[in-house]
Amino acid sequence: MSAPQEHSGASLAFHIEGLTKVYEMGDVLVHALRGVTLDLYEGEFVVLLGPSGSGKSTLVNILGGLDNATAGSVNFRGEDLTDEDESALTKFRRNHVGFVFQFYNLIPSLTALENVALVTEIAIDPMTAEEALDIVNLTDRSGHFPAQMSGGEQQRVAIARAVAKRPDVLLCDEPTGALDIKTGIVVLEALKRVNETLGTLTVVITHNAAIAAMADRVIYFADGNIDRIEANDHRVDPSEISW
Amino acid sequence: MTIRNLDKKLLRELGSMKMQVLAIAMVMAAGVATFVMSFGVINSLEETRRVYYDEYRFADIFVGVKRAPETLARQFEAIPGVDRVMTRVIVGATLDVPGLAEPATAMLVSIPEGQQPDLNALHLRSGRLVEPYRENEVIIADSFADANNLREGDTLSAIISGHQRTLEVVGVALSPEFVYMIPPGALMPDNARFGVMWMGRDALEAAHDMDGAFNDAVIKIARGAQEDEIIRIIDTLTKPYGGLGAYGREHHVSDMFVRNELDQLRAMTYVVPVIFLAIAGLLLHMVLSRLVNLERGQIGVLKALGFTGFEIGLYYAKLALIIAAIGLVIGVAMGLWFGSWMAALYIEFFRFPSLQFVMSTEVFALATLISLGGALVGAIKTVRAVMKLPPAEAMRSEPPPKFKPVLIERLGLTRLLSPAGRMIFRQLERRAKRSIATSVGIAASLGVLIGAAFTIDSLDYILDVQFNQAEREDIGLTLVEAGDRQAFLDLANMPGVMQAEPYRSVPVKLKFGHRTERIAILGMQANGDMHRTLDTELTPVPLPKDGIVISENLARNLQVTVGDLLTFEALEGRRPIRNVYVSAVVQQYLGTGAYMDLSALNALMQEGPSVSGAWLKVDEAALPEFYRAVRKTPSIAGLSIRKAAMDSFKNLLAENIVQMTIANVGFAALIAFGVVYNSARISLSERARELASMRVLGFSRREISAILLGELSILIFAAIPIGYLMGYGLAAAIVVSLDTELFRIPLIIDPETYGMGGLVILVAGAISALAVRRRLDRLDLIGVLKSRE
Repeated sequence: MSAPQEHSGASLAFHIEGLTKVYEMGDVLVHALRGVTLDLYEGEFVVLLGPSGSGKSTLVNILGGLDNATAGSVNFRGEDLTDEDESALTKFRRNHVGFVFQFYNLIPSLTALENVALVTEIAIDPMTAEEALDIVNLTDRSGHFPAQMSGGEQQRVAIARAVAKRPDVLLCDEPTGALDIKTGIVVLEALKRVNETLGTLTVVITHNAAIAAMADRVIYFADGNIDRIEANDHRVDPSEISW
Repeated sequence: MTIRNLDKKLLRELGSMKMQVLAIAMVMAAGVATFVMSFGVINSLEETRRVYYDEYRFADIFVGVKRAPETLARQFEAIPGVDRVMTRVIVGATLDVPGLAEPATAMLVSIPEGQQPDLNALHLRSGRLVEPYRENEVIIADSFADANNLREGDTLSAIISGHQRTLEVVGVALSPEFVYMIPPGALMPDNARFGVMWMGRDALEAAHDMDGAFNDAVIKIARGAQEDEIIRIIDTLTKPYGGLGAYGREHHVSDMFVRNELDQLRAMTYVVPVIFLAIAGLLLHMVLSRLVNLERGQIGVLKALGFTGFEIGLYYAKLALIIAAIGLVIGVAMGLWFGSWMAALYIEFFRFPSLQFVMSTEVFALATLISLGGALVGAIKTVRAVMKLPPAEAMRSEPPPKFKPVLIERLGLTRLLSPAGRMIFRQLERRAKRSIATSVGIAASLGVLIGAAFTIDSLDYILDVQFNQAEREDIGLTLVEAGDRQAFLDLANMPGVMQAEPYRSVPVKLKFGHRTERIAILGMQANGDMHRTLDTELTPVPLPKDGIVISENLARNLQVTVGDLLTFEALEGRRPIRNVYVSAVVQQYLGTGAYMDLSALNALMQEGPSVSGAWLKVDEAALPEFYRAVRKTPSIAGLSIRKAAMDSFKNLLAENIVQMTIANVGFAALIAFGVVYNSARISLSERARELASMRVLGFSRREISAILLGELSILIFAAIPIGYLMGYGLAAAIVVSLDTELFRIPLIIDPETYGMGGLVILVAGAISALAVRRRLDRLDLIGVLKSRE
């Protein structure tokens, strides 16, 4: 299946070809990805939609260098990531990728500011931790520990932490999955702002079809492969989304 | 690169698990403390001894003769390798000490008037040296002075060579020759009833009829001189003058005891600290692997954020190192404190001018190395696992643990177990490695405890054997000169004496092959009841009509067995040289011994029915009268009192070994607590979710506590028998390592010791259970269920 080339003006970020991932779960082989081929462009906002187990998270993990593919190739800005070893993947993550997870995964023993600063200390050209928190409108919560913040606030800290290094790609796995609609929208607004102001390629995994409306492109997953890809002519603002 | 915020996380996490950190650090501290203490005490003793011997010119060779002209000293000086010779007169005396019921005995050693002796100089603690023409002045040993509250200006009534004298104390001193001061032939100090005194040479010569003669000499040899050869020549030279055999420092009683103590300390230096540190390493390993399991998500995030495996591995290594560093600091502080306390104990029976506990940088460096190294070893497996953990894997929660029916269920005995019981056993079996590690850790602490406490049992046993089974006389009297039958009867007829047995003591050299031992052979009545030789079952071994009975350690020193023919060279009387065969080897824990039938010894010595003294049973009511008579009998050189010897032995035990044992028991309890508490905390953190779920389902606090604490109880009860075995093994190893020339400790562990050990473990277990129970009671039901594992 070939992807429609909607963003003819933007340059190619990821070129993914025939990507396959097979897990061994005890005696059972699980085919998480079955030969996915896809191009992702700089600066676009992509939503991955699909049921549980359709392969979205596996793809994002491989894109982010958290996991290796069983077969196929991933190419980032002309560099082949497929057979890179752990240290090269670590370097890739460190310099290019920001992650946002469903359960925030903040370090509970560090404050909001410190969680962000954790990354700014190891990044090459980071913004300050304060700037990153400002992007997600959380400057006033910078001294709070995760346990003292709501889920939405924690997720915004996680976004700040992810973008503080000025990543080239922001990968978000169910960023609103654990949130109610109101806080979910605040988080999505933060993502949108990052995408627009920093021009970061943003990939968002979600179960929630309503979120698809804010994307440039929506990639539908089913059973380990891309079912179809839709481009939005008009991106809806998060505040207009409801679910 | 700085990872400032990661370090913050480190410190905060350490803070949140501070009880666990402290428990591990304390175990580590116990190891470091025992190491610093014993190593430091060894260094301090060695250094103090070296400086003392050097500064006070402690002699190398010691010569005893019956009486030799001063000209013989010139011949000694002519021996190649001899540097300096100092002759002396040494005389025994009985003393009347104010406030002491029994007569005391003293060894009077001559020193030149008005000056320090060339060799074996005195360290004057107070007062002054003796002055010429003041023949009643004496300097007394500080231990004797302390025990009897004597000081300069006090006077003592003494019988020296049959003459009543009043001695005036002018000084209190210590000597390198008497660091460990014990009555001749004894093994324990008896500071109140025995002391060394120094008297002017002229005065002592006059009192003992030794004008222009000497009966003792000390010799300093040049560096690198052949000591054995010099001793051989001296023995030849002294033979005509009743030479008692020269010997080097190796056989010098005081130095031998100091060396013996150092040997025993050295044997113990590594064993206990290594056990402690190994357990601390095991604990670190357990706690870290659990922590990593808990923080899988965080590790994944850190890796996703771009931290390298090395950086994250380093984080956990730092965690281990910080815990070890806390242990090190506490341990060094405790070690210094215990070390000073030990040094204070040592100075009580090793009389050095001062014994400063010093910790060398070497000891500190070693302690640092082994504690940090041990921590790293404990952490290495976890750190490597963390480094290898693939980030995506780390992001997923740990897969639900696989459980299967346990052995009991597989045997078809499911009905025996309640659901809670099944939870307990399945968990134990699934975490088999950790369950075993926990039990082994608890068992090891019990082992250390028994290994430390058993010495009291063994010494009690020795005390019983020595003073109730082997030497049963109330009082032993020694004559100035060997006497005849009448001399014995005079002793036997003293007031209050109910029973008396004669004995003969002859200084000899026993030779077998190239080995020689100097020893006093005891001739005793064959059917005697007071002094008995015993076999390993403590059955009396009757003395045969001929042949010699020797103690096991003497047999080992000479490498002889029953039936071997020894050369017997008497060092007094007609100095006969004879062959005598070993007729039996007997058990003796304190000192070495050689025994013969009294008449057989008399015959061997080519003498009549000669006696050196008598062993007596004395009516307690008549003791004051008996002591009065002893004081008036000039032929009596000294007396030994069984009860006093027992008391001094018991005091020694109480002051040293009991205190040391209490310290060790404390350490062991600390370890037991550390192991049990950490194990409980880990179980709790692993099972908080399921236990909280059970609470939500309606189980009571008591019921969920029963599951967690039931698991602990099983681990503790399983550990106790293993701990007993380990304790027995450790005790056996200690017995072997403490087996020196002077002492042999039997492997005796009383049931009470096992009981006490088990109890300490149970109490430590109960305390940790209580601490965990409090956390169980505060389990946050909703919080636990909401958060992702």
